[in-house]
Amino acid sequence: MAHEYIPEISTDRDGNEHVVQGWQDDFYGGKLGFWLFMFTEVLMFGAMFLVLTYYNMLHPADFVTASASLNRFLGGTNTVILLVSALTMGLSLLKMRAGDVKGAKLMIWATIILALMFLSIKAVEWTAEYNHGVFLGLDALQSGNAHSKPFGEILFFGMYFTMTGIHGFHIIIGIGLMVWLLKRINAGKVSPEHHILHWNIALYWDIVHLIWVFVFPYFYMIGAASGGTGGH
Amino acid sequence: MSKSYFDETHCAIGHPKSTFMQWMLTVDHKRIGLMYAAVMFTFFFIAVSTALLMRFELFAPGQQFIDGDTFNQAFTLHGVIMIFLFIVPGIPAVFGNIVMPLMIGAKDVSFPRLNWFTFWLYIFGSAIAIASLFTDAGFADTGWTFYAPYSLNTGTNVIFTLVAAFVLGMASILTGLNFLVTIHRLRAPGMTFFKMPLFVWGIYATAWIQLLATPVVGITLILAIMEKYFGIGIFDPSKGGDPVLFEHLFWIYSHPAVYLMILPAFGIMSEIIPVFSRREIFGYRTIALSSASIAGIGYLVWGHHLYTSGMADIAKTVFSLLTFFVAIPTGIKFYDWIATMYKGKIILSTPMLWAMGTIITFAIGGLTGVTIAMIGVDIHLQDTYYTVAHFHYAMLGGVVFLFFAGMHYWFPLVTGKMYDESKAKIAFYMQFVGFNLLWFPMFIAGFLGMPRRYFDYLPEFQIYHQFSFFGALLFIAGLVFMFWVFYKGWTKGEKVGPNPWHATTLEWHMPTSPPPLENHSKVPYVDFDPYEYHHGEPVVKFDYETMRRID
Repeated sequence: MAHEYIPEISTDRDGNEHVVQGWQDDFYGGKLGFWLFMFTEVLMFGAMFLVLTYYNMLHPADFVTASASLNRFLGGTNTVILLVSALTMGLSLLKMRAGDVKGAKLMIWATIILALMFLSIKAVEWTAEYNHGVFLGLDALQSGNAHSKPFGEILFFGMYFTMTGIHGFHIIIGIGLMVWLLKRINAGKVSPEHHILHWNIALYWDIVHLIWVFVFPYFYMIGAASGGTGGH
Repeated sequence: MSKSYFDETHCAIGHPKSTFMQWMLTVDHKRIGLMYAAVMFTFFFIAVSTALLMRFELFAPGQQFIDGDTFNQAFTLHGVIMIFLFIVPGIPAVFGNIVMPLMIGAKDVSFPRLNWFTFWLYIFGSAIAIASLFTDAGFADTGWTFYAPYSLNTGTNVIFTLVAAFVLGMASILTGLNFLVTIHRLRAPGMTFFKMPLFVWGIYATAWIQLLATPVVGITLILAIMEKYFGIGIFDPSKGGDPVLFEHLFWIYSHPAVYLMILPAFGIMSEIIPVFSRREIFGYRTIALSSASIAGIGYLVWGHHLYTSGMADIAKTVFSLLTFFVAIPTGIKFYDWIATMYKGKIILSTPMLWAMGTIITFAIGGLTGVTIAMIGVDIHLQDTYYTVAHFHYAMLGGVVFLFFAGMHYWFPLVTGKMYDESKAKIAFYMQFVGFNLLWFPMFIAGFLGMPRRYFDYLPEFQIYHQFSFFGALLFIAGLVFMFWVFYKGWTKGEKVGPNPWHATTLEWHMPTSPPPLENHSKVPYVDFDPYEYHHGEPVVKFDYETMRRID
């Protein structure tokens, strides 16, 4: 439907003609809308970083101790995976724009696989932490018992599980979006001439990896000096 | 006979035959706006009834009809419905949808199917909010602000309300996003930003707030859920968390939300005043830019809700100063409106009456706001009836009054018919008098120390509560009468054609009345200002078939 759209012409008093932008086939409008939506993601995580920074200022030493106990090897691997996945997603868009639909699909599949790898490693990490007794609801993160960690560490891990959890949720949504995108490409709805959906999903994936680029150093790296690469 | 948007529509999915399904699946911005109005006013009347119940309870000291716990749930229900279901989405969802695309000469909003989805997201969120009324634990009793730590400890069903507020927030974000893109992309050729009607400016500023403030409260509600059910500790003092942080995060959104409510209402005022004064608006640019600066400054004032919550003195001083600053652009708007009326040919139709009534009530609401923005005064008046009266003067006497003004003003546009002017005026006077009788005594009661949200009070406050009670009865009678007038107007009113008010903006230059499915027959070229009058007559005239100027 959108492909057959012919824009209207409006005529001013001198008889000059002006093309009217309709809501149909508005590539720039679609991009603008999605950029604005990405703003809201940044604000959401921004508020959480604000909370994190506030408690970091109150309990700097506890934060370093808690961070030192995280597994920098797995976290670092995940960072590399996500960065590479951003590359493959970007390549898929470039290929789509260049007219190479098959190559674009291949790159989307690569991104999906990398995203699944990210989630698997995340699962390994969380499991290890759970087995070490550090998880939401376990004694270590409750107050007033023999295993209780100090305030700063409880808060650190509270935000750690919340933020990496919400980030992981975004990865899952992203995988869903990419599968949907592949379906739309196969149905011919997304093509080199009409690729706004592809563009926006690539943008979404960029924001997901960009958020991780901030999440990773804040949680994993502030304790790196005392923690080595290992951890839970 | 040409068809109007009541006769045909586009649908999000397929081409259903039944009228009912056509309404449920419609992507037409006018129909979606009407459906929002229908749902919202249903909720509005539920919340009004809850308020009346509280007034009954407060008629005399001691317990009358409901116990204290029910009272707590009643004011929470009233607040949650009024804020999240009615007044925040209110004017943008109804008139932003119905009128804004018409005003800029667009065929629809930028993402019509997203608009349809957003409406159903709103319904979904509302359903969750209401659902907790029917659960065992009952509706939340925290007040609409969900302050930690009480919201984390109470046994009532706070999670329903938190999730509902999150979903409604998402609907609000998507509406704002849709309008922003629409205003940026779909203005008719020639319509620069400073040729847009002022209501569009109001919606534009509002949309930015919806987009940039709502995510913060969204994540705050998520964090509150995480705190309540997973114990992450950040709002829990026993784990080193800070409940005041919740208040900060909450008001970072919820104070801009106050301006989110009032800015589109100011936009309605800026439409009505020039039309019924038959004069070009005074200071177009200052009104447009003051909307933007209210939106901007409004982000930086949230701390004035926390003067008594424990905050550094320097922070209090800065927040107090910034709060005063918001009064400046608001004052500019008021002077502009009054200057527009000066030497105008004022026509006291019902929309104009509502607008002028609002100038009085909102001025009281705004100026009392300045008094409680002062730190010392606020220490005395925080959480008293003075504050309650202040924000009801600003919200009910500002936003809702202007909402009603807009309903009268655009009634002939939406329905193609006219309501009974003389009866509508009676309804206005009933509500105006009832409103002041209802809220003004609360200023005095609050000043003398009557705290808000109390279910019982000392005998010396009884006289104020009883004045309020009778004011409430009069107000509600006027309210019901007004809706009856609308109903009669819609069913039996006379047809008045596309432009009964001799207005100038594009929504009144329609080929049919009510407007057809895809709005203007042709998109006009806009080389004129929105409110051009000459000797009390509109300057710009169109041939409605070709949309070329014929003046």
